[in-house]
Amino acid sequence: MDLGRLERESEHCWRIAPSGEMRVPGIIYGDEALVREMDEKVYEQVCNVATLPGIVRASYALPDAHWGYGFPIGGVAAFDPDEGGVVSAGGVGFDISCGVRTLHTGLTLADLEPKKKALADQLCRDVPAGVGSTGRIRLDDAEMDAMLEGGAQWAVERGYGEPADLERIEERGRMSGAAPQHVSERARARQRDQMGTLGSGNHYLEIQHVAEIFDDDIAAVFGLTRGAILATIHCGSRGLGHQIGTEYLRDMAAAAATHGIRLPDRELACAPIRSPIGEAYLGAMAAATNCALANRQIVMHLTRQAFARVLPSAKLTMLFDVSHNTCKPERHTVDGEEKLLYVHRKGATRALGPGHKSLPPELADVGQPVLVGGSMGTASYVLCGTAEAEGLSFSSSCHGAGRALSRHQAKRTWRGRQVVDDLAARGILVRSPSMHGVAEEAPGAYKNIHAVVDAAHRAGLSRKVARLEPVVCIKG
Amino acid sequence: MSDARYEHFPHGADVGVRGFGASPAEAFEQAALALTAAITDPQNVAAKDSAEIRCEGPDLEMLFVDFLNAVVYEMSVRGMVFGRYRVQIDGGRLSAVAHGERVDVARHSPAVEVKGATFTCLRVAQLPEGRWLAQCVVDV
Repeated sequence: MDLGRLERESEHCWRIAPSGEMRVPGIIYGDEALVREMDEKVYEQVCNVATLPGIVRASYALPDAHWGYGFPIGGVAAFDPDEGGVVSAGGVGFDISCGVRTLHTGLTLADLEPKKKALADQLCRDVPAGVGSTGRIRLDDAEMDAMLEGGAQWAVERGYGEPADLERIEERGRMSGAAPQHVSERARARQRDQMGTLGSGNHYLEIQHVAEIFDDDIAAVFGLTRGAILATIHCGSRGLGHQIGTEYLRDMAAAAATHGIRLPDRELACAPIRSPIGEAYLGAMAAATNCALANRQIVMHLTRQAFARVLPSAKLTMLFDVSHNTCKPERHTVDGEEKLLYVHRKGATRALGPGHKSLPPELADVGQPVLVGGSMGTASYVLCGTAEAEGLSFSSSCHGAGRALSRHQAKRTWRGRQVVDDLAARGILVRSPSMHGVAEEAPGAYKNIHAVVDAAHRAGLSRKVARLEPVVCIKG
Repeated sequence: MSDARYEHFPHGADVGVRGFGASPAEAFEQAALALTAAITDPQNVAAKDSAEIRCEGPDLEMLFVDFLNAVVYEMSVRGMVFGRYRVQIDGGRLSAVAHGERVDVARHSPAVEVKGATFTCLRVAQLPEGRWLAQCVVDV
């Protein structure tokens, strides 16, 4: 990105002054190197989002921002329904509520080491992953509706996990406002046999150890100690979310003109929050969010079972569960006035600071755990929400490293088998149904996650708490 | 027919699919092969079974996105991968037959599952030399 077009507000904050049809400025967070490396398309997309009706304060891009669909990935924007604000299917994306859940295991690296291979093989057998994989759960119409209404709460009621798990999930595992009647037959058909599956692409189940602690006090509250083993699940709303995204993107693009909305890019397809199509989408999207939360809950249950077979002394408990592709109704203070806003986070993590009333009591003093997933073979981070992020980004932080090379380039650069062997030589066991998929997700295809996390920390979007390193990776 | 071919083009985290052909229908067929090639080599897919696809759109570009999304849907619910496509376009209506087989993980080594076709880099156009092009980015 051409830095000459940006005003530098501070070391880690860059501003795009409103011009043309932009209603608000653009704000990009990152150090000079990260922002310079960002695609020009990120600039264009930040500006395009700033033109949408009812946008409040600014159109934001986080340090891991890259070229997305309509919105940049790593983009945040909030809309005021009282000012004609919109909800955008493109702003949420296809993989609705795709996210990350991290679990404590109660084990140390020393406990795991002798059983590492057995655990990798057991997880590979028990957790369906990859293209065409199916779960063991079949939902009839009534159960599908119950799942779409109930999310992870539904899953726990059906025996997948424990009530205590729900305390560490956004919205306690169930997003209100779900409207299963706005979820099409085609979306349901795509989900029929996909409950409890990881999916493919960048989705994974990873066993990690805590390699470094940056903040002892917060780490103690989060229950993180050096050498502890964690399990992290990255997956989303599967076929149901993809189909809802597909259908509403099309319908919103077609209806935009009737709402008087001029789209600078069809991919920004949106509709007024207070319109029949806007309301229908919000109901369908909440249902897809519940599907993602239920899916991660079931995958967690399968993970627990696999651990129980190989390492019976393990006790898997929740650190936290965050979603990345969302639009949530939230209360924020804007110009001294508290307002209900619809906050879109596209490839971005909600990051609530200390004292926020949505936090479970034991986290209230420190803030929300922010889980930043790395790529296969590289570090992941646990961060913590800050109070100042409320004013900086509507309490949002980065979600991952972001790709540096396209899948196309990655496939030409690496061979899957070689990647697996190289990682094995470093003590990291990879299991995947597809060596092509492994090549596309090679560690070298991603940006430097350390730089992204450092920038988020220095910009005040969230605080660094711990760095995790992979031990076992089940790739979808 | 000699002009018919497909290719991928890079997009951030995802894949651009592009087909060329003597007609819009042939360009659509080739772009659908590019979509398959994001998953596995189309030449390794046997034509054991088929699925019929019908869609309508206000213009060729919307029709193209709808067609690819219908392909994604049929692959998903049937657990299939398609290696050959026959497309007919009549005004705003498209009918197609996709030939393929059930996904065989060992043989196809499917790299990714396609989530959906997007409007990003969407273009259906006749090039100056007369060939047709159909392209967009698919989310994987």
